[in-house]
Formats: sequence, C-alpha cells, structure tokens
Amino acid sequence: MTAARGPSPVRIAAGQGFWGDWLEAPYRQVTGGPIDYLMMDYLAEVTMSILQKQKSRDPSLGYAKDFVPLMERILPIIVERGIKVTANAGGVNPRACAQAVAEVARRLKLGGRLRIGVVTGDDLLPRLDGLMARGHELRNLDTGRPLSDVRERVLAANAYLGARPLVDALRRGADVVITGRVTDTGLTLAPMIHAFDWRLDAWDLLAAGTVAGHTIECGAQCSGGNCLVDWERMPDLANVGYPIVDARPDGTFEISKHPGTGGRISVAGVTEQLVYEMGDPAAYITPDCIADFTTIRLEQVGRDRVRVSGVRGKPATDKLKVSVAYFYGYKAVGTLVYAWPEAYQKARAADRVLRQRLESLGLTFEAIHTELVGADATHGRLALEQLAVEDLPEVQLRIGVRSHDKPAVERFTREIAPLILNGPPSVTGFAGGRPKPEEIVAYWPALLDKSMVEPCVELVEV
Amino acid sequence: MRRRSKAVNGGRGRSGKRRVLLLELAHARSGDKGDTANVGLIALKPKYYPLLVKHVTAARVARHFKGMITGPVERFELPNLHALNFLLHGALDGGGTISLKTDAQGKVFSTALLRLEVAMPR
Repeated sequence: MTAARGPSPVRIAAGQGFWGDWLEAPYRQVTGGPIDYLMMDYLAEVTMSILQKQKSRDPSLGYAKDFVPLMERILPIIVERGIKVTANAGGVNPRACAQAVAEVARRLKLGGRLRIGVVTGDDLLPRLDGLMARGHELRNLDTGRPLSDVRERVLAANAYLGARPLVDALRRGADVVITGRVTDTGLTLAPMIHAFDWRLDAWDLLAAGTVAGHTIECGAQCSGGNCLVDWERMPDLANVGYPIVDARPDGTFEISKHPGTGGRISVAGVTEQLVYEMGDPAAYITPDCIADFTTIRLEQVGRDRVRVSGVRGKPATDKLKVSVAYFYGYKAVGTLVYAWPEAYQKARAADRVLRQRLESLGLTFEAIHTELVGADATHGRLALEQLAVEDLPEVQLRIGVRSHDKPAVERFTREIAPLILNGPPSVTGFAGGRPKPEEIVAYWPALLDKSMVEPCVELVEV
Repeated sequence: MRRRSKAVNGGRGRSGKRRVLLLELAHARSGDKGDTANVGLIALKPKYYPLLVKHVTAARVARHFKGMITGPVERFELPNLHALNFLLHGALDGGGTISLKTDAQGKVFSTALLRLEVAMPR
C-alpha cells in the first residue's frame, strides 16, 4: 500500500509524542493495522539546547539518538508496506541523523529501496550576528528584551519551520523525512498537503490539518493517556493504542486507533488534548496558517472514533517563531524524607535550619524554593488549606536553589546531608547522595521575518 | 473519575444554592508556555458549560491562585468544546528549565483549579 494521491483517505499514525516516549509505540503502529504515514515528534522547547550541547562535544551527534535503533526495528516493515515516516528527530544535526538511518538501512539490505529526505535551514546559530547586525533584534516574546542582552551566552537558535519543506521532500519521493526544528503540527499536516494536493493558501484545509497535528502530536495523550475523565476505568493502558488520523481531502478527519489496543478515543479525551498548551484558541499560529480552535466540531461516530470537522483557518503571518537556548546559570535540588510523628513540622523546621545556615555562609541565590512533597508540592496552599498536616505519615523536604554563582550552588549541595545528624529527627532517604549542580539552559522565544529563513531539502539515496 | 459527591458546607448554602467543587462539574488539562501555565477547563456535561462561563471568571481564578502566581489571569471561551482556557502568567518560577518547582511544566495546575468551589442552583 502506498500513500494515496487523490480522493481516498490517508491514515497518519502518531509514533512518538516527545523524545523519551514509549519505544514500543512506533512498532505497534506500523504492525497493528494499515497506515500510510508514521509521524514522530521529538522536539520540546528545551530539547534543542541539549542536542546542541551534544553536537558541540561530538560533531557527529546532535540528533535524537533513540530514533536510529527505533528505525532499525521498523524499516523492513515500512519498506515492505510502503509506509512513509515524518520525524523531527534530526534536532540540530538532521544530516547526521539521516546518515545514521541510511547506514542502518544498508545493513538491513534495503539499498535501492529507500529515499531519505533531509530538511534543514532552521539553524540560525551561524547566522545570528548577521541577522542582529541587520536589525533583527529577536526580542523575547515574554519580556520584550532584545537578544543582544544574552548574545554571548546563546547555545542554539532555531526557526520553527512549517509543513512546506516536508511536502517538498515527499513530492521528490522521500520515504522517510528527517527534519530539524519543524513544528509538531507540520509533521502531520505535510502528508495531507502532499496526498490531497492542497493549495498552500487553502487556509481552512491547512487549519484542519494543523488541528489534526495538534491532536496527535502528544501521542497517547489523546487516546487515553493522562486523561482525567473516568481514568479508573480506562481500558488496558498497558497496551494503550497511539492515535491515528484518518484524513479526508475536504479537511474533515477522524481520530481512531488500532483494533485490540487499550486506551480510549472519546470526545472528552480528544478535547483535553485540544486545550493542552493552548494560548488564544481563536489564533493558533503556525508557519502554515492560523487555526481557529473555536470552530472545531467533535462527534463520537463510533467506538474509539471521533470525527473532527468545521475547522476554519486564516492566512499565515509573515513571521516565524524562533527558539533560542542560552546559558542562564546553575541550580541544584536536594531532598530528605521525614517520618511520623509531626513529619510535616520536622521538614519545615529542617528547611528553616538550612536556610539559616545558607544565610550565615553569606551565599546568595536568585531563588530558594522549598516544597514539602506529600503536602504542598503540587497544589501549594490550596492543598494545605484542606489537609490535617499533623497526620501525614511522611513528608519529603525538597529544596532547590538557583544562582549565577556556581560555587554558591555547589556549597548548597554540601549542606543537605549534615541535616541527617545535626537537624530535626526521624529523617531518612539520602541514599542518592549529594545533589549535583546542574547547568540551566533557558529558552528565549522570539519572532523573525519569514523572508530571512530559507528551508532546504536534500535527498539521501540508500 | 470517582466523583466524591461532596457538597461543600454539608450541601447547605445561601439562597437555595449548593456549593460544589469544580471537580464535580468539569475536567481539565494543563501545560506550559514559558513561565505561563495554561489550564483547559472542560464541562463534564454540556449543560454545565454556562455555569463555568458564569462562575469561573478570570478574576475568580486569579483569587483562587493568589500567592501562587505572579502575573495576571486571562480567560478564553471555546463554546464549541464546552471549554474555557485560562492562561496563568508567572505561574512556573521562570518556567521550563529555570524553574525549581516539581511542577515546572504546569502539568497539575489542572486539578488545582478543580479545587475551586462554585455555587450551583439546586
């Protein structure tokens, strides 16, 4: 089976919702029933900086390494069945990722049977000074500050590309498209544009494909995972089925999953995913279009099948979002566990002692943050107001510090263990040892004129 | 989800109304964008949606989270999905990698909002 051109529906399956997602999911998606495309989303906001760090240590790295063994497992199947793959696993080094996949394919004797498309052009790091010199200030979307404030600490800078370069790769016959920083939604939208020959100004259709992408971009989070409604009766999460989009040329689509899998496709679960990480729902802005989530109609049309229709879109803006990663400072988090009786009060007392010692040492921190896990770590005072804290059987004291001063953070990490013998009683749980100071790589969102970014598509023949 | 049919104040309320936890009327999912947490609040039944619109205002949510967030609260309506979307600015101690919070990505602001009490007509 190959991806159909023309009016027949196209099946796009989600295989990964983030880097670190369930390794079994892609295999189950390509073997559990017919699909045309496998979409795998790897890149969260902070992932690019981790990958950039890896690439700076070894120029052959900088992509999602897990992707290669995962592809090794499914390549023979996707070649056999004509399933195409879109994945932003390339991180800051899509070419190296494509080469690694090509090597695996050759080892599997798939030579002559696989074409890999590589999408680049998102990496702005080498061009940053030129762009800034030409007046592109890359102001922080949250704070309004120009990027020049942190220029010398920038570690990665990538524009979010849309579906277009993937469409280009698919049109040129790519079976597997590996990209750098492409939007999560673009990975799902591109196969639809390609299969249905959608015009690139058909805003309602592009918006529909974008909504489809948003629905499945977090994998099982729309098919029963992390679903609050009726969670205790969620069927067989151990075998949760990852979502599949059955897309039609008119922009309507259905969300389903393979038969015999766990989880559930319901209006409630799909709605939870639709509102996830939502800003203004009337203006979900991507490089491809602006989707209006207030126009979405959902309908349960069968067991584990939700129909999505009515999506309206507006023209894309002339900007691209840019994600910049920069070195911010250091942090460390230490924990100790206090037991009944008065576990909560003991943990509070330990926190006071520790803070007093940090102050006596003259250490300065941008922030000291204390949580009592088991009491207030997730819901803060809202939880404490409804809790009899004196009855708690145990509480974990979790205290973190953040500073631009590395020695201060290092000294903090040495102040936790002494509390076991010289602080409040009934304390345990330090088996993990002294916490390690961690470098903070922070995220700087900005906008850049679209005309400044030229996506590039290359093909690698296996 | 098991609904604790817990009517707060023992089910008695002023002016013939019953105070209930939002947990009984809605479900929710939350996430992050930088230092902002978003909470999507979804009516468990379509007939509850107008109650959410009326009672769960941006001002009410800001009061609910007072001291826990440093910025304003914005609200958006999605009547088509019987849902409201809230943006809680300054909710995540800087957000992402900067944050020292367990919930650095705002994943459980969802159920924190469901602790809100609203007055329901009997």
